[in-house]
Amino acid sequence: MAAVLESLLREEVSVAAAVRWIARSTQSSEESPGEAAVLNSLRPLRKEFVPFLLNFLREQSSRVLPQGPPTPAKAPGASAALPGRPGGQPRGGRGARSQLFPTTEPSSTAAEAPLTRRGGRRRGPGPARERGGRAPGVPEEGVGGESLSWPGGRRLKGSGSPSIPSLTLSDPPNLSNLEEFPPVGSVPPGPAGTKPSRRINPTPVSEERSLSKPKICFTSPPISCVPSSQPSTLDTSPWGLGLPPGCRSLREEREMLRKERSKQLQQSPTPASPTPELGTSLPSRTGSLTAEPADPARVSSPQRLELVALVYSSCIAENLVPNLFLELFFVFQLLTARRMVAAKNSDLELSQDSLESPLFQSIHDCVFFAVQVLQHQFQVLSSLDKGTLKLLAENERLLCFSPALQGRLRAAYEGSVAKVSLAMPPSAQAVSFQPETDNRANFSSDRAFHTFKKQRDVFYEVLREWEDRHEEPGWDFEKGLGSRIRAMMGQLSAACSHSHFVRLFQKQLLQMCQSPGGAGGTVLGEAPDVLSMLGADKLGRLRRLQERLVAPQSSGGPCPPPTFPGCQGFFRDFILSASSFQFNQHLMDSLSLKIRELNGLALPQHEPGDEDGESDVDWQGARRQFAVVLLSLRLLAKFLGFVAFLPYRGPEPPPTRELQDSILALRSQVPPVLDVQALLQQGLRARRAVLTVPWLVEFLSFADHIVPLLDYYRSIFTLLLHVHRSLVLSQDNEGEMCFLNKLLLLAVLGWLFQIPTFPEDLFFLEEGQVDALEVDTAASEHGLDSVPVVDQQLLYICCPYIGELRKLLASWVSGSSGRSGGFVRKITPTTTTGLGAQAPQTSQGLQAQLAQAFFHNQPPSLRRTVEFVAERIGSNCVKHIKATLVADLVRQAESLLQEQRVTQGQKGGDPAQLLEILCSQLCPHGTQALSQGREFCQRKSPGAVRALLPEETPAAVLSSAENIAVGLATEKACAWLSANITALIRREVKAAVSRTLRAQGPEPAARGERRGCSRACEHHAPLPSHLISEIKDVLSLAAGPRDPDEGVSPEHLEQLLGQMGQTLRCRQFLCPPAEQHLAKCSVELASLLVADQIPVLGPPPQHRLERGQARRLLHMLLSLWKDDFQGPVPLQLLLSPRNVGLLADTRPREWDLLLFLLRELVEKGLMGRMEIEACLGSLHEAQWPGDFSEELATLFNLFLAEPHMPEPQRRTCELVQPNRGTVLAQS
Amino acid sequence: MILTKAQYDEIAQCLVSVPPTRQSLRKLKQRFPSQSQATLLSIFSQEYQKHIKRTHAKHHTSEAIENYYQRYLNGVVKNGAAPVLLELANEVDYAPSLMARIILERFLQEHEETPPSKSVINSMLRDPSQIPDGVLANQVYQCIVNDCCYGPLVDCIKHAIGHEHEVLLRDLLLEKNLSFLDEDQLRAKGYDKTPDFILQVPVAVEGHIIHWIESKASFGDECSHHAYLHDQFWSYWNRFGPGLVIYWYGFIQELDCNRERGILLKACFPTDIVTLCHSTA
Repeated sequence: MAAVLESLLREEVSVAAAVRWIARSTQSSEESPGEAAVLNSLRPLRKEFVPFLLNFLREQSSRVLPQGPPTPAKAPGASAALPGRPGGQPRGGRGARSQLFPTTEPSSTAAEAPLTRRGGRRRGPGPARERGGRAPGVPEEGVGGESLSWPGGRRLKGSGSPSIPSLTLSDPPNLSNLEEFPPVGSVPPGPAGTKPSRRINPTPVSEERSLSKPKICFTSPPISCVPSSQPSTLDTSPWGLGLPPGCRSLREEREMLRKERSKQLQQSPTPASPTPELGTSLPSRTGSLTAEPADPARVSSPQRLELVALVYSSCIAENLVPNLFLELFFVFQLLTARRMVAAKNSDLELSQDSLESPLFQSIHDCVFFAVQVLQHQFQVLSSLDKGTLKLLAENERLLCFSPALQGRLRAAYEGSVAKVSLAMPPSAQAVSFQPETDNRANFSSDRAFHTFKKQRDVFYEVLREWEDRHEEPGWDFEKGLGSRIRAMMGQLSAACSHSHFVRLFQKQLLQMCQSPGGAGGTVLGEAPDVLSMLGADKLGRLRRLQERLVAPQSSGGPCPPPTFPGCQGFFRDFILSASSFQFNQHLMDSLSLKIRELNGLALPQHEPGDEDGESDVDWQGARRQFAVVLLSLRLLAKFLGFVAFLPYRGPEPPPTRELQDSILALRSQVPPVLDVQALLQQGLRARRAVLTVPWLVEFLSFADHIVPLLDYYRSIFTLLLHVHRSLVLSQDNEGEMCFLNKLLLLAVLGWLFQIPTFPEDLFFLEEGQVDALEVDTAASEHGLDSVPVVDQQLLYICCPYIGELRKLLASWVSGSSGRSGGFVRKITPTTTTGLGAQAPQTSQGLQAQLAQAFFHNQPPSLRRTVEFVAERIGSNCVKHIKATLVADLVRQAESLLQEQRVTQGQKGGDPAQLLEILCSQLCPHGTQALSQGREFCQRKSPGAVRALLPEETPAAVLSSAENIAVGLATEKACAWLSANITALIRREVKAAVSRTLRAQGPEPAARGERRGCSRACEHHAPLPSHLISEIKDVLSLAAGPRDPDEGVSPEHLEQLLGQMGQTLRCRQFLCPPAEQHLAKCSVELASLLVADQIPVLGPPPQHRLERGQARRLLHMLLSLWKDDFQGPVPLQLLLSPRNVGLLADTRPREWDLLLFLLRELVEKGLMGRMEIEACLGSLHEAQWPGDFSEELATLFNLFLAEPHMPEPQRRTCELVQPNRGTVLAQS
Repeated sequence: MILTKAQYDEIAQCLVSVPPTRQSLRKLKQRFPSQSQATLLSIFSQEYQKHIKRTHAKHHTSEAIENYYQRYLNGVVKNGAAPVLLELANEVDYAPSLMARIILERFLQEHEETPPSKSVINSMLRDPSQIPDGVLANQVYQCIVNDCCYGPLVDCIKHAIGHEHEVLLRDLLLEKNLSFLDEDQLRAKGYDKTPDFILQVPVAVEGHIIHWIESKASFGDECSHHAYLHDQFWSYWNRFGPGLVIYWYGFIQELDCNRERGILLKACFPTDIVTLCHSTA
């Protein structure tokens, strides 16, 4: 690689030719023979060029003072993306920023470093060999003596130590190129002597990437390498896969290379000298946050820098670098570097043109280089968000070095509408209960139904508790909730219950986490958006405040590991704590299904050329829909990846090759949980990569160490690389993918390539291999890819790490305050409106084709409208049939059932048999459903279409649209009805039968027709509860014990009975049990009156009711019983031994009231004579005092002696079943 | 009617070991004249129930039952007309109705061949004239009509109060033109948990969205509120979103802390209901 650079510097080869040469293996005719010759001689090095270049730049920049804004520190990490960017990050110092790059800090300790660093992953071109290198150094070094680290450390950490061979050592070429590769292992920081290795640092992959702790997964690639002393650990951590075989030999080779190289280059490499600088760097770093001014006039070798910038930019433009944004981050770091560590004199003496002389000799050089690169990247810059553009346009260095670029940026800023807004996410709501899917009919048994009912509540209880407590220090999900979750899962026995629960889980997941805000930790139960519509403006202010407070610190550097931010953490932990195989399986099934469904959703296509307002509105909706679908897919895919790879996830790759092979053999047999390969290929073929790739990346980001070794997944990775390479931003051909679509894919793919599990050796693979995979994208015409569905907002939502660029710039402005994290804000959530209704299946046939053709030249909104109407009307039609035809049949069933019971007697027949008879009579009527359904669709659809289409729609178009809607709706409704109507009728009739049978049992009495009160009634009657309670007081007074001054006034009694009448006549508040108790109490009152047992207030002599008063009260009662009670009154209680016994206590005994009452009862037809006689007769059986028995017998005779009345008013029912009412009243 | 926790505690303090009789209630009303009767009764009843739950077990040991039964027998032998059972209950600090049940059960065990079923006992408590022993019937009856916290009459009153308030609430909703589904309709549709009313179009009350309304004709104290939250309110939230609970007899102010979360407490029907406007603007 160095040779290539050298030849470029010597101008033997043009930049264009060089880039062509790098990008495409084949020689192009455009090259001059001289160039060709030069390049051909370097052919074996081709693949190594880019990693070399990247490492080279990182190394060269290592002297830029680390003090830069904290962020920069990470930046280095970012650079890590590059192969060995060991030295690269001057800013490594920034380690301080550790927060940004969470993982980095531990870097100093080799062991930890590996875990975190993902950045390290820079894969050398060929061999994965030492990835990971960079990882280690990151954090600490920054703090302490960064300088130390860079020189040696930066370089591949791995180098010194046994480098780890990559998983697949597939690329032999690298080895051969080793020449160029300086010794990989950089020397540990201490030993200054070693040269900087150009090698790509081994990526320190996280040792344990347990998903449960994703944060530590990897940090952004730390620029600085860990001290080499640690490397061994580091190496292993990454995909150690390749380790065993290659280690030794590689090391040897490197050793040789190093020697070789040192021979060639007589001077020691600059990096070696770092040590001395340390001293200086340290002080400066701490003390000066102020930046050194950069001066264009003091750039040391502009030509050389320009050339390198050009080559570098070209590599970026051709997507030869793995991560576009990481490079941008690196360049921004250079732009905002604050200080440069002084170079040794010797370094300065180096020939200016040689590679060995430092590329960046001063801040001026760095800034110059950065501005050069940025000039080439204007297109990408201009599509960043407004805030970033503003910071960039206001950057004084940029202005100073390239007023032209600054001007363009300012223009871009002014023209940008890409404000990433901060609206709050919609509040989380519970998944609502839907009878169609959630009622008893959807469960196999009552038990399952009730179990699920409880589970739903436990689920939300757990969720609420999590919300309340997960931020408390010391609170632990598993400890706090684990056992409750498992107990709940334990109750899910039936498979059907699992599917119900999974549906709930998945819906809740989508509801809470789909919006980016969900990722930021939404608050349950927050007032929904309607509120703000309602004008709760204080709330708005509160929200804004909350936004600020909640604004994520940062996403964790430019290449954060996959995480489960906010609410997603709950779902992840829930899955982990539940640790239920069945649950996971059902969840995977459900997620896969949903992913397929959403991935296949027919999203509206852009119609070119239609720029009027209408389409603009439509367009917003279409974009929003796309965003919703995309975000949902990414969320679902993330969880699918998480669960699917959960069983295989381990902290480390298998330690030995043998073990790895046997695992591979096993795993290669396991079919993928979802055929993502096929979906990817389909997506590419249909030109829907912009939808498919982002979720696939989420899915793959959770792959375990073995996954990339499996042929199936390896081919997917290869395919993705191919896609990545093909997304050249500068090409904007007709029908090509839109710019922001490409940018999104580049961002997510770049991110994926930084994940430890991504096989490093793949990235710099020969294209030949990639080409082998056929992707036939040419076939399809315009797919989603060519529709500008992605906007800045979506880009930032999907790739929050792009926001690191802004933070970097902001920290420059603010003089490096670490707080710049606050800049990263939430991005506006897209609306959560439901996903559009699924388009109905198109039917076969000419008509369908005609309909398709009809839509072809109409605005897409027309089609959507028609499909929507058809879908809704079809569905409403089914509901309508249920509510009318089926309900009628059910009523018929009920009356048939009644007849049946009348003819067959109370017992009726066997319910199952009854049901069969009814169904055989009723089901044939189901055929009417089709005709009624057709009629319904015909009636309803046209109006709906008309209402939804623009007024100006031409009549012919309108009527065709109406007809198509009718047809589609009818098709949908009839398809469902013809398949299901019989079963539906059966089910409903069955439910009705069992309802009727059950109802027939206990409560016919309570069911008597109930009259309401008259229309004029204003419901002012006393409440039944009040009355019962008053009467109860009277009863308790009568029953005693009572204080001497306690009693009831006759007026009160009269008033009470009057109120009872009102209450019974206004039945507004009366319920059957209350009426029953009132009846019973009234009978008891009557007995007390008869026995004169009511303590009356008044002067001592009396304490008794006057006879006349008592009679009047009894009359009132009789009239209540006769006219006002609608339920049965237990009058026979008047003659119960207990109540009659009350008379026994009075002296002298007065029987006339009782006799009076009995006569009245008979007279009013309230009780039959016979009934009374029977009661009196049974009274004899009780034990009474002698005299009382006699008196009783006298009464009996007196009553019998009464003239026998014909009892005309007696109710007929009493003749048949004299005691029925009584019995019921008592039961 | 909305009490602070401190106010509530002051009232509850006065209720310790007070028998659930008419007389106790009367004294309570005199003591707290500013509180409504219904609120006081509800608080008293709930506090008493808590007390009974705590002590329930000790009255149901076989020794205790035997002891009570013997005392009852001795008492009625001396004087069948004296309030033996009621005084026994008050003396041992247990609810008269529940004491009556204990004695009745014990009595039936002695006099019947098979142990009495629950439904037989319930039926006799509802209608003491079915009790084969006249003296016991009177004693039981006396306990029931004198117990203001337990017993079939009290149960009926409570049920009636609940029903009345639901009707009241329904009328108010109709009056405000708020369309709703009631419990019966919901049950018919197969809902597994059913608040009293689900609004078909949500409204806002004091800035909070309301999807459902539950009527509680009782005082919302800590204990009952937490039980309701667990068994009902959260379940409603889990299915239907945020909602409103009306404690017609008031509640402890501090319990109204889940407003933001979606459970709003009121002691009356809200006056400032904001509905969704279908403005054409």
